Amino acid sequence: METNGFLHVEDLILHFRTAAGTVQAVDGVNFQLGRGRTLVIIGESGSGKSSLAKAILRLLPRNVQTYRGKVILNGQDVMPLSEERFRREVRWTKMALVPQAAQNSLNPVLRIEDQVSEPLITHGRVSSKEAAMDKVRQAFRLVGLPVDFLTRYPFELSGGMRQRTAIAMALVTEPDLVLLDEPTSALDVLTQANLMNVLKRIKKEFGTTFVLITHDIATASDLADDVAVMYAGQIVERSSADRFYREPLHPYSKKLMASVPALKQDKQLEFIPGRPPSLINPPKGCRFADRCPARFARCAEDPPPATVDGRQVKCWLYH
Amino acid sequence: MSDNSVLLRVEDLHTWFELRRFGFFRIGHVRAVDGVNCVLGRGEAVAVVGESGCGKSTLARTILGLYTPTKGRIVFDGKVLDTKDDKAMQAYRAQVGYVQQDPFGALPPFMDVRRILDEPLVINGVKDPKERDARIRQALEDVRLTPVDDFLGKFPHQLSGGQQQRLVIARAIILKPKLIVADEPVSMLDASVRVEILQLLRRLQEAYGISIIYITHDLSTVRFFSERIFVMYGAKIIEQAKTRDLLDNPQHPYTRALLNAIPDPDPDNAHRFREVPGGEPPSLMNPPSGCRFHPRCPAIIRGKCDAQIPPDLELEPAHKVACWLYADNVQRESA
Repeated sequence: METNGFLHVEDLILHFRTAAGTVQAVDGVNFQLGRGRTLVIIGESGSGKSSLAKAILRLLPRNVQTYRGKVILNGQDVMPLSEERFRREVRWTKMALVPQAAQNSLNPVLRIEDQVSEPLITHGRVSSKEAAMDKVRQAFRLVGLPVDFLTRYPFELSGGMRQRTAIAMALVTEPDLVLLDEPTSALDVLTQANLMNVLKRIKKEFGTTFVLITHDIATASDLADDVAVMYAGQIVERSSADRFYREPLHPYSKKLMASVPALKQDKQLEFIPGRPPSLINPPKGCRFADRCPARFARCAEDPPPATVDGRQVKCWLYH
Repeated sequence: MSDNSVLLRVEDLHTWFELRRFGFFRIGHVRAVDGVNCVLGRGEAVAVVGESGCGKSTLARTILGLYTPTKGRIVFDGKVLDTKDDKAMQAYRAQVGYVQQDPFGALPPFMDVRRILDEPLVINGVKDPKERDARIRQALEDVRLTPVDDFLGKFPHQLSGGQQQRLVIARAIILKPKLIVADEPVSMLDASVRVEILQLLRRLQEAYGISIIYITHDLSTVRFFSERIFVMYGAKIIEQAKTRDLLDNPQHPYTRALLNAIPDPDPDNAHRFREVPGGEPPSLMNPPSGCRFHPRCPAIIRGKCDAQIPPDLELEPAHKVACWLYADNVQRESA
């Protein structure tokens, strides 16, 4: 993996306090990402992938118990920054988020133009309303939306168009990093393919760095340069997309890939018996051990990530 | 298909919803199902695929008897469905199971597993408590919610998403139905659980000879699930064929676009753009004239596709397509 990474996440931890105990939603996540590349974070629901996005952007709910680690963006550790400085200097200026179900995240009583220009104005990136509108129009052209939709209200747009609006809103401040949380999961197949084309074009033309969070492994392959697989709050495998899709290493990744149906080829589908561990009291050893077909005695200890020719796998099999 | 092997016959089915302004002025209709013809064999699994708003769920709910058709009829097991005949409908509902999309929403939160499964039996006159208990246990065994005793006293919120969906399936099969209508049964579940639930449905279909209508927008799962596929677009079935045939040899331009848009997990996808027809699915209030796909169709024949509704053309036995592109071929062959 490249050493001059543009985004470094080191030992990121985000634990929540709940009535039942501490939920270890993100538990020691490490990765690096080069500029202009796209990292896809794959995981099932409850694996902590959305919490990871929130932890990187510091969009935290009130019941946070532990929040620590390093998030180094372009050489600067943004974790020690005060809340106010983080808001002013990082969030939506350097990195932006397209939230999950973004098509429902728009304010129903504001015109599209007012919403999309808001980040520009609150961050003082433009001198006048006119200048803001210019940028908004640019962003709209970028995501392939007709400019005359700007004066409409969200309910007048289809789901795919609203999703594009949310993406335009994330791109309008020209951030270096855009986090996409399940951007296509609520959309139809054709709309989804359209949107992936849009993202590909943006990536090619502007070299924007993306972190794409999804459970849809097939669609993820449309954009992925690197892949990280999350399981029970931890990244269990990290590798380039080329090698991951051809040959996943971690037993969980293997099982996950075997459960993805392919349209154009015959393959025997498998499922993973059992269910993921509770994040309140995760097992001491490897968190996948209970469901793992390759389990042996050492799996009761927590495996450190092993490096197998440039790929990171958190599994005792590779030590 | 011979008459005896047919379980369900849908003839020229229309389900329209009236739109009113201020609850009084009629301003038109949403034509959610608009002239659907299809046949389902005994013990057969078919998939109905299409994008949201194409009318596939309305078709399912009309077949279930939850909506009264505006026009056309549904013949089930040789009898015409009459939604106004309450007695006949109760008997019909006992023969048709429903698996909903959102399992948690489909289960009453205040009932435990035993009561959820007991209700349909009580309503349908299974009086002997011992028999009811035996059937509840059998249904739970069938969907692999075992050991059964651990589950009987649980409430829906204590089950995982996959377990909830199994419970919904157990409730759907407990009356030994002839048909199960499953409306997006796995779209809310994770990939690994998805396969498990589909395999379970498939096993029940084979074990009990149940017919299944599987409604989905996810074409990639149908290859493993159904014998035939119906593709819906703009409230009509535009292509139907055997699963293999449809996936390997799609004919309608919409089906082709749909198959094209679905990625297989392949790292090379990152290096190519997908061809996707522009535009949006049609409004069902004011559907386009002629073929409903013509405004987006790359192969449009001007003057024909935008003027006349294409007929169902049988290209090969059991492969029907509603598209003007094939009208000449078929006519020449038959002449």
